[in-house]
Amino acid sequence: MSNERKITLTVNGSSRTMVVPAHRTLLEALRDAGHYDVKRGCEKGDCGACAVLVDGVAVDSCLTLAATVEGHEITTLAGLGDRESPHPLQQTFMDTGAVQCGYCTPGIIIAARDLLSRNPDPDEDAIRLALSGNLCRCTGYGKIFEAVEQAAALLREERAEA
Amino acid sequence: MYARFDLSSPRSLDEALAACGAAEPPMLLAGGTVALVEIRAGKSDPRALLSLDRLSDLRGIGREGPALVLGARTTVTDLLESPLVAGLAPALADAAGRFAGLMVRNAATVGGNIAAGSPAADLVPPLLTLDAQVELARQGATRQVPLSEYFTGYKRTLRQPGEIITRVILPDPRPGDFNAFYKLARRRGDAITVVGVAVTVRHEGEVCSHARIALGSVGPMPLRARRAEALLEGRPLDAAAIEAAAAAAEAESTPIDDVRASGAYRRRMVRVLVRRLLGQAAGRPEGGDGR
Repeated sequence: MSNERKITLTVNGSSRTMVVPAHRTLLEALRDAGHYDVKRGCEKGDCGACAVLVDGVAVDSCLTLAATVEGHEITTLAGLGDRESPHPLQQTFMDTGAVQCGYCTPGIIIAARDLLSRNPDPDEDAIRLALSGNLCRCTGYGKIFEAVEQAAALLREERAEA
Repeated sequence: MYARFDLSSPRSLDEALAACGAAEPPMLLAGGTVALVEIRAGKSDPRALLSLDRLSDLRGIGREGPALVLGARTTVTDLLESPLVAGLAPALADAAGRFAGLMVRNAATVGGNIAAGSPAADLVPPLLTLDAQVELARQGATRQVPLSEYFTGYKRTLRQPGEIITRVILPDPRPGDFNAFYKLARRRGDAITVVGVAVTVRHEGEVCSHARIALGSVGPMPLRARRAEALLEGRPLDAAAIEAAAAAAEAESTPIDDVRASGAYRRRMVRVLVRRLLGQAAGRPEGGDGR
């Protein structure tokens, strides 16, 4: 029995078809497809570097088999915004200096995006709880919490204007 | 992933149970936050996995008669966001709020946390204090077993090959029941529990009529401190009763030394935390003499 299967996913809005063995994780499948904004860290669900959104919900892509997200919508950091039109989280992470080496940043922004989609006005406890599955080993978390607070405020303003 | 395996993703419970009826049943995959880590670490080497991800009927929180019913694929985040759980199972909400990190909470399931059989599974002590029943389905039959009898040893449970945990059933508490969970760990977020204590206390008049004390990470499996419970029932929840129960719970725990804490420290903390939660139940925040 072959354990390969052909799957179709939507990644950052584009449909992608790939052939993956059953044991291929979503992390491996995305990086093999060139999505290097998804980072490989601990590969056991402790560090959050590999977080992506599956239908808007943040998961560790290292703990997700690619074959089980067939047909679902995947969003990586690059799917949130780019240099020309950054997502408010991307903007405030730059503004506050919440990025040092940057390796943990994609996963943290994905987790923060999950938080803000459920709770547009989180207090610091809610931000800490939401980022409890992401490790940063450079800069400390103060600026990261600040960036999330500022992004939440920007998004609330955008929503009020809309 | 370094190990190779086959994968099936059935679209119905019947289809899943049929596959599980095979001579060599596949390993079940729910949220993947334990199974895939163990496979990668070489601790398990299944030939085939059966993913439960398409069985959406198994996900959800609802009421059935005077009981709260949790589908086995209900995630920890679902628990955390549920007003029903906050109202009827506060200890479970406490545990969900201290469970791993966001991405793991989004994936990890109630059924998976029970099935993993880990002594440190944080949902289990709260469920034990709520007299949870575990529903197990196999082809053509369903049975319910009390969670308090479900664990038979370190990572050993009553679940037979071919059985799938489908639901967890919690009889409603009485109005006024005290129910809480305390997780002691090395830090607040994303930590494996050093000692977990859950407590239910019911009063009838001045007397404690019903007590449940459950302990995590202090034995080969999550356990009920039954001698401590018996010391509380039928008498007022005063400082002497609390102290006696806290000492009994300490004596009932059999923790090991590991990288997170020594066994001696864990035993001591069982006494402190049981005293603390019973003190809260009695309306005395420090409980006992406050040590």
